[in-house]
Amino acid sequence: MLLDKFKEMAAFQAELRDRRLKAFGAVTDEIVSATEGVVEGRRVILAGTNNYLGLSADPRCIEASRAAASRWGTGTTGSRLANGSFAEHQALEAELAAFYGVGHAICFSTGYAATMGTCATLAGPGDVILLDADSHSSIYSGVKLSGAEVIRYRHSDTADLAKRLRRLGDRAANTLIVAEGIYSMLGDIAPLAEIAELKREYGAMLLVDEAHSLGVLGERGRGAAEAAGVEDAVDFTVGTFSKSLGGIGGFCVSPHAELEDVRYCIRAYIFTASSTPSVVASTRRALQILRDEPQLRERLWDNARRLYDGLKALGLAVGPTPSPVVAVEFSDREAAMAAWQQLFDNGVYVNLVVPPASPSTNYLLRNSMSAAHSTEQVDRIIDAYRGLIDAGLVTPDAA
Amino acid sequence: MADYQSCLAFLCELLQKYNRKRVMINENTGLVADLGLSSLEVMEVIEQIEDHYDISIPLNILPDVNTVADLAQKIRDLNP
Repeated sequence: MLLDKFKEMAAFQAELRDRRLKAFGAVTDEIVSATEGVVEGRRVILAGTNNYLGLSADPRCIEASRAAASRWGTGTTGSRLANGSFAEHQALEAELAAFYGVGHAICFSTGYAATMGTCATLAGPGDVILLDADSHSSIYSGVKLSGAEVIRYRHSDTADLAKRLRRLGDRAANTLIVAEGIYSMLGDIAPLAEIAELKREYGAMLLVDEAHSLGVLGERGRGAAEAAGVEDAVDFTVGTFSKSLGGIGGFCVSPHAELEDVRYCIRAYIFTASSTPSVVASTRRALQILRDEPQLRERLWDNARRLYDGLKALGLAVGPTPSPVVAVEFSDREAAMAAWQQLFDNGVYVNLVVPPASPSTNYLLRNSMSAAHSTEQVDRIIDAYRGLIDAGLVTPDAA
Repeated sequence: MADYQSCLAFLCELLQKYNRKRVMINENTGLVADLGLSSLEVMEVIEQIEDHYDISIPLNILPDVNTVADLAQKIRDLNP
């Protein structure tokens, strides 16, 4: 039967209901601040929101949004190619291009559409896409739609990438390499300097998804490629407005003039309504703040290091280096679920990640830090994790 | 150049370490249906094959691969 394939998911959802575990799709009843809310009736510290700079609650962004709604209305009611290109969209594209120091930018209604649409369009039949094995779902969806030959390289393994480029021979020139700046689940940073070198050596093109690194890495906050000093090797940068910029939407910027033609070939751009002007306006304001206030980035990293060091000192299985995404790995399913619940009961909301969304067979309690977290909030999060050890849900150094 | 039979022999040996169900592995064995490989395990197997034959196996071929024979055939095709 058509719907039989959903039985496994139905059983999982039933299990979650029986356990009263609200880890997936928890309803936020109230937002108190960028880092605090009432979720499923409980007041919690928000430590799983990707709100890296805390700008979702910035009064300047809210005011920009309000003013745009008054001026333009609540929506565009059409796609960018039809009636949905407003002056706000054009201005945001120009500001993004200027921010990245390139000539061309496209805005999308969501980050998913930006990544999926760009990957689906840039390479086609006869071309090759080499993507990191731990790529985001939007990348996998896009490359599947592209019609290109799709080959994975081992996660951030540049020796493996080099092997695969070598195997392609002349076809390397028709290849798009795809990497992310910061990988969303474990918070690790791609080795972009080495990837850029390989890209140049083999004459391929490089697309970097800076969804989790825009506003987080680089002297000007442009992302991992800026931090690695290899922006000139990046052909296409994609990203999202829904994390450090606190809104929703996505973008692709490029030094290649052809991006203006690519724009008219991306289905996820052509056949969907454009972003509502209020969101575009808040994104523009947020981008300005990101650019003008590097102290937000410093505060974010202070918090990230504090959480990382605190959890590591407890003996928990965190990633190899500090990052605004700090994931604690669990091999035991029951322990991971119980741990999520205990953190929530103790007023800390984090993300529970289960395979296959996690990059291995492990379960993750994924924390994302914000510049808006107070030191006291970070310490309360660490305390809540200490409570997991006290409850026997995790053994130090063997999570 | 790897012929079909040698690909098959390599695969049967490689898949033994994933043979939790202790089934008889031959060319008709289903990778998911019989061996119960998870998506992660399928990718692990693919990587080991790639290393062994020094080839890259495109993801595009995977929807057509159900059995050990299907996989052996694809390896042979990719390793002329």
